[in-house]
Amino acid sequence: MAQVLLKNVCKRYGEVTAVRDVSLAIEDRQFCVLVGPSGCGKTTTLRMIAGLEDITEGEIWVGERVVNYVHPKDRDIAMVFQNYALYPHMTVEENMGFGLRVRRFPKDEIKQRTDEAAGVLDIMQYLDRTPRELSGGQKQRVAVGRAIVRKPKVFLFDEPLSNLDAKLRVQMRAQLKKLHERLQTTIVYVTHDQVEAMTLGDIIVVMKDGVIQQVGEPLTVYDNPCNRFVAGFIGTPPMNFIEVTVRRSGGAVVLDEGGFSVTLPPVLAAKAAAYDGKPATLGIRPEHIHDKATYTGAANAGNTVEAGVDVVELLGNEKHLHLAAGSSMFVAVVDAHIAAHAGRKLPVVFDMDKVHLFDKETENAVF
Amino acid sequence: MADTNMMRRLKRRKMLRQAANLVLLYGGMTALAVILIIPFLWTLSTSLKHPAEVFAFPPRFIPQQIHWRNYADAWMRVPFGRYFINSIIVSCSVTLGQVFTSALAAFAFARLDFPGRNKLFLGYLGTMMIPGQVTMIPVFIVCKQLNLIDTYAALILPGLFSAYGTFMLRQFFLTIPKDLEEAAIIDGLNYWQIFTHVIVPLSKPALFTLGTFVFLGAWNDFMWPLIVTNADSMKTLPVGLAAFQGQYSTDWTLLMAGSVIVLTPVLLLYIVNQRFITKGFVMSGLKG
Repeated sequence: MAQVLLKNVCKRYGEVTAVRDVSLAIEDRQFCVLVGPSGCGKTTTLRMIAGLEDITEGEIWVGERVVNYVHPKDRDIAMVFQNYALYPHMTVEENMGFGLRVRRFPKDEIKQRTDEAAGVLDIMQYLDRTPRELSGGQKQRVAVGRAIVRKPKVFLFDEPLSNLDAKLRVQMRAQLKKLHERLQTTIVYVTHDQVEAMTLGDIIVVMKDGVIQQVGEPLTVYDNPCNRFVAGFIGTPPMNFIEVTVRRSGGAVVLDEGGFSVTLPPVLAAKAAAYDGKPATLGIRPEHIHDKATYTGAANAGNTVEAGVDVVELLGNEKHLHLAAGSSMFVAVVDAHIAAHAGRKLPVVFDMDKVHLFDKETENAVF
Repeated sequence: MADTNMMRRLKRRKMLRQAANLVLLYGGMTALAVILIIPFLWTLSTSLKHPAEVFAFPPRFIPQQIHWRNYADAWMRVPFGRYFINSIIVSCSVTLGQVFTSALAAFAFARLDFPGRNKLFLGYLGTMMIPGQVTMIPVFIVCKQLNLIDTYAALILPGLFSAYGTFMLRQFFLTIPKDLEEAAIIDGLNYWQIFTHVIVPLSKPALFTLGTFVFLGAWNDFMWPLIVTNADSMKTLPVGLAAFQGQYSTDWTLLMAGSVIVLTPVLLLYIVNQRFITKGFVMSGLKG
């Protein structure tokens, strides 16, 4: 039983602030993913929880106590490193049992725990090998095994999948998810890969420049990003951003790009009222732009845009259309069978219930 | 058809050229090896000759009569056994001690964060610039004041510390990934355990290499043992060997026999350790 609590945590290296005033509550048994571009402070935050970095300011709680000055080995945490960090001179079994040996566990218990973990991770047959005889995926599983034999309160993962090839990464991702369900422990997981964040996290924490941008369940963050950075970072292909001017015309609120315009539905119009006459950024996800010919909803002048097709990327299950209208470029994800050809015109429909609007100055979401 | 003929000819010419290169290469290396080994073989040859045959002209490489007695004589003439034991004690102590202290210092310089670390390291390195001859007399005086003359302590203590060994091991330790150490910290190891359980096992090649060099240096050292020993019972082999070289005459056959005896352990050591010395080490618990 351990929740992890960060209270106004800061990390400074001389003049440089790596982590700025981070406060975060990770519930017991939660799978929390810290995600952000490189240099955003996510790994530093993780290393502070682990005790590998001093905390400049603030408090970190693991379970019922402040661990700021507790030695890493006494924090009841285990960590999996990006490059595995297995001891090259020990066998898989020795690697996994080393932490227990140092803690003077009885031999048969070490053996039992190692076997159990090896069974879970399907590495029984490699126990006698040294790390050099293992593939990347196997090494990664041993590294995870080394963490789980300790039965810690909290697992820390530092980009554990980033050294694996794409196929293996997907496989390991599913395994980690299953592992979490099985172990029922708190996990803090760092990644720069937003897909990993979306698929693994119970909650995800989006960071940038050492500051938490948004904390929430994956779908909440995806559907309601709090600012333009989060909106652009979560989701592939990323959200389209179109510079518009908000204009009230009659009873409706129109977003005018210059070359085309779209109309907000009444619910959203009310929220945009304050921006009347001002510039703003329209955000729309690629899957919310539809081919007009096959669109099943209502298409009208308020949501239809006459776009030119720039590039068509066929992925097999879907097509990515790079479109241009007015002076804006945007991407639409459509069914693979929709007829679209580069250089031709294609009328598309913006699903206006799903659009976002961002303040041009602060980049915060209006909705 | 003509094309394939041409190709075949070109191919053969290429093979010939490669063969010629190999012959040149091996020929050159063999010649070098012979040049290097001749003095040793000559030593061996002289050690088996009758004293009268040493300066025979024309020189004979293979003695007329193999004179094994030289070895027994050399061993008996001076207390060779005693010298041998002294040399073993001194060389082994210096080797173990110096590798140990160098490794500890290197670990501190490579991995521990303490104020002034880099300046201290530079100062330490700076001592390598001072030739041994400069410090020889002061160290001798210190030993004398401490009443250490004619003791093992005098022979061993000054050899226990070395800036070179520290430098060499530090450079090696720096190549050991920091992640391993952090994994060890989380596994619950303290600094001493990290040193003994992670750093040392991973540095075996470097430690053996340094150990071999130190042993060779200590085994062959002549000057320092000569200075701090007076009693015959404290002399080491190189000093003892000098006994065969008199002011007016030299017992060449005995000197050479003695030299071969002195050389043998060193040769054995090299043969045993050469796989460590020549082998690179792969850090394979990590990516790559």
